[in-house]
Amino acid sequence: MAKEKKNKNVDEIKDRKITWKEIKRQKALLIISFFMLVYGIVFYYLPLAGWLMAFQKYKPKLGIFGSKFVGLENFKFLFMNKSVAFWPVVRNTFFMGLLNLVTQTVMAVLFAILLNEIKANVIKKPIQTISYLPHFLSWIIVTGILHDALSNSGIVNELLLKFGLTDRVIDFFAHPEYFWGIVAFAHCWKETGWNAIIYLAAITAIDPCLYEAASIDGAGRLQKIKYITLPGIKPTFMILLLINIGNLLNAGFEVQYLLGNGLVKKVSDTIDIFVLKWGISQNDFSLGTAAGIFKSVISITLILIFNNIAKRNGDERLF
Amino acid sequence: MRKHKHYTAESIIFDIFIAIFMLAFIIITVYPVINTIAISFNDGTDAVRGGIHLWPRKFSLRNFKTVLKMEDLLVGAKNSVLRTVLATLSSLFACALLAFVLSRKRFLFKRGFSLFWVITMYVNGGMIPTFVLYKSLGLTNSFWVYVVPGMVSAWNMLVLRTYMHGLPDSLEESAQLDGAGYWTVFTKIISPLCKPVYATIALFVAVYQWNSWFDSMLYNRLADEHTTLQYELMKLLSSVMQQSTSAEAAKNSAATVTPVTIRAAATVVTMLPIICLYPFLQRYFVTGLTIGGVKE
Repeated sequence: MAKEKKNKNVDEIKDRKITWKEIKRQKALLIISFFMLVYGIVFYYLPLAGWLMAFQKYKPKLGIFGSKFVGLENFKFLFMNKSVAFWPVVRNTFFMGLLNLVTQTVMAVLFAILLNEIKANVIKKPIQTISYLPHFLSWIIVTGILHDALSNSGIVNELLLKFGLTDRVIDFFAHPEYFWGIVAFAHCWKETGWNAIIYLAAITAIDPCLYEAASIDGAGRLQKIKYITLPGIKPTFMILLLINIGNLLNAGFEVQYLLGNGLVKKVSDTIDIFVLKWGISQNDFSLGTAAGIFKSVISITLILIFNNIAKRNGDERLF
Repeated sequence: MRKHKHYTAESIIFDIFIAIFMLAFIIITVYPVINTIAISFNDGTDAVRGGIHLWPRKFSLRNFKTVLKMEDLLVGAKNSVLRTVLATLSSLFACALLAFVLSRKRFLFKRGFSLFWVITMYVNGGMIPTFVLYKSLGLTNSFWVYVVPGMVSAWNMLVLRTYMHGLPDSLEESAQLDGAGYWTVFTKIISPLCKPVYATIALFVAVYQWNSWFDSMLYNRLADEHTTLQYELMKLLSSVMQQSTSAEAAKNSAATVTPVTIRAAATVVTMLPIICLYPFLQRYFVTGLTIGGVKE
């Protein structure tokens, strides 16, 4: 009891005044924070100054301070010029992100609920352990493995032929119509078990009395899932949804870059790949930065909008 | 009687569905990994015929011998180990220190400085400005680009801070009454209590570092001496992707190693540390996720 009281007292002196005595007292903290502040400014805030490049005709030789300002010309070029093909790239990023988000969430929730239905720990634990192993493999490895599985002599074609679902091998990476599905599958393969951990934790936190009461009232297992488990994980679901929607446009690089090829370029290129191609390969820093700013602005807008929606519905929020 | 209540028709069908789902899930997860291992131990020319599943058909260690002789791959492996060790230690130290400062109740700029770091989680300059910055700081074509830029991460810091917030304040107070400074409180009192969360963060950083390849490509493409294992694997992969259509050519050649088996062997070498350590360390990953939660 005494301990609790003491804690409260410390809480009360939250808004203390800046006095010399206090500064002296926490000299160590202030010195550390000074270095951390410098580090943070250099590595996180200074790049923001680079956004100026988007409004310039940036020449590496002249630098940010010497290059000529051109106003919104880069953005105009980005949005209007058909040959740059920026809008298809935005479309790819958005829809691939959305498809990944939906399939990943559905798979994670499904997996968590079904795993929770297994009562024997001897079976449950090994399945769970195996399920999140792929999360720790790099995308290089995962895309390599996937490429093997889907290649002409790979297991997928072998099975399709065996069961007569196709009469000749399908070259999955040569047809644009398969690409988004392959990317979504790659994400599910790698992340389902990992994403399910958080849902499993949420399910464990549900009061067991609810299930007992439902059993007494004669509810079946499916009914219990529908009326107890699903509402129970809703807050977790909402938070994750918010985080992921904010990251929707950020989630389109590694897989698409590693699995994409000339034949599927039209559907595989994302904003990040666009930035890499124009900014680094073509050395057009200004255009690359403009595309990057577009992505950042959309991302932050998405976060704010969905945070607000959640707030209005009274659910848990991000911040 | 109550026990038997579970065995309704609905319940049995549901159990069968769960069993099938989980079986399919495990097979789909595990099969490709085992298949890659099998191919890596198979003779190269024989592997081109396809049809290798869970076990090598014509056993051979030649793929690994070839891989372990590849100069670039060895340099990459050395750099990967080095960056993983250095970045993990430095990042853990820096993040823990920052978390410690920001979790002190008395700290004068607690609120403002926390916000300073939270903002970095949502706003960043993007690829090109970052590239320009690193170039002007001399971090391109340099090993240090792997260690310095990611050292302080707001995400990891927040997980650590949440954990430190959960420790009783009286620990710090009583130590300070005994004349301990903040540094002593950090090293002698808080840090020993944070061991589990330190382990988790260290593992996260280590896995991230081990698996990174994009920074090698972006910043050190022209500096072969700073390449990493993952980047070398990626180069192997893209060369295989281009050659996979000309598998016929490989069939006719007399070589006993082929791009496919070489890459399988390189893949196995790359994932070996993770697969080996995984069973022992996996519980730390999960604890970390639940400690930090997704909040904040």
